[in-house]
This record gives sequence, structure tokens and C-alpha cells, in this order.
Amino acid sequence: MVPISHYLMVSVILFCIGVVGVFIRRNAIVIFMCIELMLNAANLAFIAFARHLNSMDGQIFVFFVMTVAAAEAAVGLGIMVALYRNRGTINVDDINLMKW
Amino acid sequence: MTEYVWLVPFFPLVGVVINGVVGLRFPKSLIGLVGCITIFLSFLTSCLIFLELLTLPVESRVVEILLYKWIPCGDLQVHIGFLVDALSLVMMLTVSGVSFIIHVYSYGYMHDDPGVRRYFTYLNLFVFFMLVLVSANSFLLMFIGWEGVGLCSYLLIGFWYQNKAPADAGKKAFIVNRIGDYGFLLAIMLIYIVFGTLDFLPVFEKAPQLLRTGELTVTLITLLLFVGACGKSAQIPLYVWLPDAMEGPTPVSALIHAATMVTAGVYMVARCNILYSLAPLSMGVVAVIGALTALFTASIAMVTNDIKRVLAYSTISQLGYMFLACGVGAFTAGIFHLMTHAFFKALLFLCAGSVMHALSGELDMRKMGSLRSHLPITYLTFLIGCLAIAGFPFTAGFFSKDEILWEAFQANTLLWAIAAITAFMTAFYMFRAVFMTFYGESRMEPEVERHLHESPAVMTIPLIMLAILSVVGGYVGVPSLIAQGWNKFHDFLSPVLGGHGVQVVQETSGIAFATEVASHGVQELHHPAGLEWVMMAISVGIGLAGIFTAYYLYLKRPELPGRVAQQFKGLSHLLSHKYYVDEIYFAYVVTPVNIISTFLWKFFDDRVIDGAMVNGSAWVVKRVSSGVRRLQTGSVQHYALSLLVGLVVILYLIMER
Repeated sequence: MVPISHYLMVSVILFCIGVVGVFIRRNAIVIFMCIELMLNAANLAFIAFARHLNSMDGQIFVFFVMTVAAAEAAVGLGIMVALYRNRGTINVDDINLMKW
Repeated sequence: MTEYVWLVPFFPLVGVVINGVVGLRFPKSLIGLVGCITIFLSFLTSCLIFLELLTLPVESRVVEILLYKWIPCGDLQVHIGFLVDALSLVMMLTVSGVSFIIHVYSYGYMHDDPGVRRYFTYLNLFVFFMLVLVSANSFLLMFIGWEGVGLCSYLLIGFWYQNKAPADAGKKAFIVNRIGDYGFLLAIMLIYIVFGTLDFLPVFEKAPQLLRTGELTVTLITLLLFVGACGKSAQIPLYVWLPDAMEGPTPVSALIHAATMVTAGVYMVARCNILYSLAPLSMGVVAVIGALTALFTASIAMVTNDIKRVLAYSTISQLGYMFLACGVGAFTAGIFHLMTHAFFKALLFLCAGSVMHALSGELDMRKMGSLRSHLPITYLTFLIGCLAIAGFPFTAGFFSKDEILWEAFQANTLLWAIAAITAFMTAFYMFRAVFMTFYGESRMEPEVERHLHESPAVMTIPLIMLAILSVVGGYVGVPSLIAQGWNKFHDFLSPVLGGHGVQVVQETSGIAFATEVASHGVQELHHPAGLEWVMMAISVGIGLAGIFTAYYLYLKRPELPGRVAQQFKGLSHLLSHKYYVDEIYFAYVVTPVNIISTFLWKFFDDRVIDGAMVNGSAWVVKRVSSGVRRLQTGSVQHYALSLLVGLVVILYLIMER
């Protein structure tokens, strides 16, 4: 049986890839996908612990996270489309109006 | 009837409300009528209370009426309450009576003025506050009246505020009074600390037990009270506002700055006679200040040419007399002179108003003369007033002034000498005014002379009433020397003021207070009657000498005054510039205050408060934020990075523990 630390390691790696992606990528869609990556890293950790502790709680949380992620994707993509229509770009460096 | 004493100040207040609030559409005559009637009602009420008080036995002639609990605050209990006793009744009668006569006069005098509604509203408000002052049962309520009359005085001096001089005079009066009020307020606080109450009766009851004679506390209280009295009653060094107060309408000068308000200080000192008799030092100060003020201002009056200012200086001088009387322990004599002075000084002012009325507002006596035949009633009444103030035998002023001189003589010969010289000066300058105004050659301008006319009846009848009072008003206090047992005034006041002068222990409503002689050591108690006769003759002689000197200098040899002035150039210069007191005050008080204020304004307000504190803090915020705002790039990734950094730091700190 694969020990829990392996699952967690994968989860951490996935999460870090997501974080780095969010920070360094300029394309809003890619940033978005990186966020999904972080969410799924969290999901993986949940599942691993649920299995390890023989508890259903973690698995139920995963459902919630997936629901939220789906809703977030819908809203986020909607924003993206609106942005592209208004400004002709989805490069986040160009979308920096909220400053002094 | 005594339980209705609140009606006495209440009626004038009704007048204020009617005229002030709903009187906007009233015709002028109705406004004047409301003013007069309300004062008359309060005079009537005072009379009824007086008659009832006379029926009571002497011991129970002190009635305290509590109307309403005003300040219930821990130990401090202050009521809206009234103290009806002989002293407050004498004051109520004098104030409401003289006010009524002057209101009637004002009805004629102010009839053509566009501000007649404002005038009567203020005047009624003044009477209200003055009656509160004299009928109050505690120091605090008295202080309310005290401040109120000061306010009305300010409003009425500056009645013609469109001109600069009256407006400035009003401010001067207000500011100088404020200095005195500060002393009064400190005295009230000290009284509360010492006695734990502010009501008159408990304070006076406890005073002999709580305080030793001559103790520092009581000396301080009485001196501070006297500072207040100095401000209100225009004594050295705070007298400078009163001559300038003559810028107000003449009936106002008569009522406020001669007959009633300025006597508030004398009333207050007399009211606190029990405290003063415990403080010989303060009594001495009161007597000396009174005597010096009397002499000092009488000498200025001798060379003044403005008829109202002559009367103003004369008022200050007579107030000095009253304080002199109080200072030598003759409180009754002081109050007696207060009353008779109210009659004849109001009369003199109203006569001056009548002269002004006839001469289209001329005040300079050098531009008058020979008015006797044109203004017969004014002339006669003015003459009666002058005789009274000069102490001519068997006028009101004779009895009161002679009493003060006699009491002063018993206390201290030097004080008597000053008072006697003042009496000479008084007779001189008053008759100088008579001769310059009503006798001799006419020096009027032709335009003015053509419009010459005697005042209407509504003005002359008050003059006649006051002239009668100026003669008969003294007969309530005929000295026992002339007619034994006729000094009703003393008998009436003695329960409150403890007889007069050098007195023995007296039992008054359980209070035993020993009025030792105030200031200058006890002289022998009983002078032979012959000496008193001699003194009386001397004071009459002094008055006559003053009158004769004025006659000689201003009627017989009219060129002489100019020559005398030439001869004593320095002195006459000094006098006609009023000893340069205004200039000295300006240089040593007003200018430093101005400099300090300008410094505070230009430097402290403009630079420190506005500059460093208000604008400075804004500047700091602006500078800091203009640096910090660069952190807000608008790029979400930067924010997320800083979040992450923060998170890492927090995690590190948590792990570290």
C-alpha cells in the first residue's frame, strides 16, 4: 500500500506548481488553470487523509470544493470574456486600472 | 403677599416676552405702554409686600421663598428662591419705583426712535435682572442677576450701535465689568468651599462660628467680593467704563448708570455685612477706596464740560461715598444714601435729557446758557436735584450725606476730611453745571436756539415726581439728633444691617454678630450732641461754600475760570485729561494685551495651531502616503505575492515557537 506521505508529496508539488503559475504567468486563462491546479492539490490531500483516517468527511469536502471550482470557473470565464470584449486582451499586466 | 414675591421680577419678564416676541407689529405707543405697565405692576407688588412686612413683628421680617430646585448636585443645592427682608425690600422699592418713573419718561424721550421696541425690551429685561439681583436668596442667583444687568447695560450703552463711539463704550463697559465679575465668581467659589452652601441665610448664620475675625479666608472672600463691587459700581481702579457709558440714551444713563445697576455693588457689600464685619482689613480697603474714588472723580467733574459726563463722574463720586459709609461700618447710611441718590441722580440725568431734547442733542455746557426762562420746569427740578446732591438742608441728600460724614468722622478724621473736600467739590461742580446751563449769557447756536422748547408733559411729570422724592425721600431717615425716634429707615433696616457705625452686639434671628468698628479702631461711643450739631453745620457750610464758589466763578466773574486755568496750567491740564487714566490703562493694560494677543494670533494660532498642527499633520499624511501608494500597483499578482510572503512569515513564526 502506498503510504500517505507520497500522496501528500504529490499534493504539495501540484500546489506549488499552481502557486508559481499564478505568480509568473501573464495569461489570465493560464492563471485560472493554475488556481484549479491548487484546488485539486487540496482535493488530493483531502482524499488521502480521508482514506488514511477511514473517515468520509474529507471526501464530502472534496465534493464541495469541486462544486465551488465549477462555479468559479463559470464566473471567471465570464469575466474573462467580458474583459476580452472590452479591452481586446486578457494579459493581466494590461489589466491594472485599480491603482492610484 | 410675601409668597408672591416672585411676581416682582416676573412682571418685567412678561413685558420682555410681550415686546420682544410678539411686539413686532405693535404700534409704538402700545410698546411703551406695555413697558410702563409691567414695571408699575411690579412696583405695586413690592409696595404690597412692604406693607405686609410692616405688619409682621420685627424678628420675623426675614422670609425666604423657595420657588424651584434649580441645581440639585450632591452637596450643592441651589434654589430659584427669594429672600424678602428689609434690605431687599428697600432695594426692590427703589428699583421698581425709579424704573417706573424712568419708563414713563422714556415713553416721551424715545418716542421718535426707530428702535423703540428693542429699547423697551432691553429696559424691561434690565429691570427683571436687577430685581432678581436684589431679591435673590443665594450668591449664585444674585450672580445671575449681576451678569444679566451687565448684559443689559452693554446692550443699552451700545443702543445706537450704528455709531462707533456707543459700540466701543458698550464693549469697554462689558470688558471692565468682566474683570470685576471674575473676582465675584472666585469669591462665590471660596464661599462654597468654606461654607458648603451658597444660600445667604446659612452662610451668614455660620460665618461667626466658622471664621475668626480677621482670618485670611474671610478677608480674601470679602476682598474678592469687593473686586466685583468695584467693577459693577465703578470704583477705582475699574471706574473707567462709567463715563463712557454716557453714550447710551439718557434715560438709560439715569436708570442703569446712576440709579440702580451701579448701586448693585453697594447692595452686595451691605448684604454681606456680616462677612465684612469679620474682616477689618477689607472694611478698611472698602472705606479707603470709596473715599479716594469720591475725591478723585469729583475733581475730574469740576472741569468736565459735557453735562452728562459731569453727572457720570458725580455718580462715581457718590458711589464712593456709599462705599465709604459701608467701609466704616455704617451700612444703613450707605443704603440710605443709595436710595436718596437714586432719586436725585435719576432726576438730574432726566433733566439733562430734557435739556438735550430741547437743544437738539447738544451736550456741551459751553454751548448752553440762560435756559432758565425757556425750560422753567427742567430748570426748577434740576435745581432741586443739585440742592439735594450738594446736601442743602432739608433735602434728601442732606440727611444721607450728613449721616455718612458723621459716621466717617467717628471712624477716622482723615476719611472725614476727604469726604468733606469731596462734598465741597460736589456742590461746586453741580452748581457750575446749573450756572453754565441755565444762567448767564446764551452761548447757543442760533439754529438750535430757534427750536428751543420745553419737553412734553410725559417727560416733565416724571421730573416733578423725582424732584418731590428728592426732597421728601430723606424724611424716612431724619437723624435722631433733630427729631428723636424719626429715623424710621434705620429701625427698619437694623435687623439686617445691625444698626450703624460703632455698634454693640445685636441679636438677630438667632445670630449674634458683633460689629466692632470696622477699620480704624474704636473711638469713644458717645460724642456730645453738640459736636454732632457742629459737624452738621460744617457740612452745610461746606455745601454752601461750594455753591458760592461756583456762583462767584461762573456768574459773577465768568472770565476768572479761564485765568485760574492759565495760572495752574499743569493741574488744569491734568484734570481735563482725566488724570490720563484712560491713556495709562491703554498704554499699560490694553497695549500689552493687544501685543500678547497679536503674538498668540500671528504666531500661536496661525503658525503653531493652523500651521504645525492642522496643516502639518495633513502634510505628513500626504508625504507618507505619496510614498506608500506606489505599493498599490494595480496588479493582482503583486498583491498575491505579498500575501504569500506574509503567510510564509507567519508560518515561520508559528513554527519557530
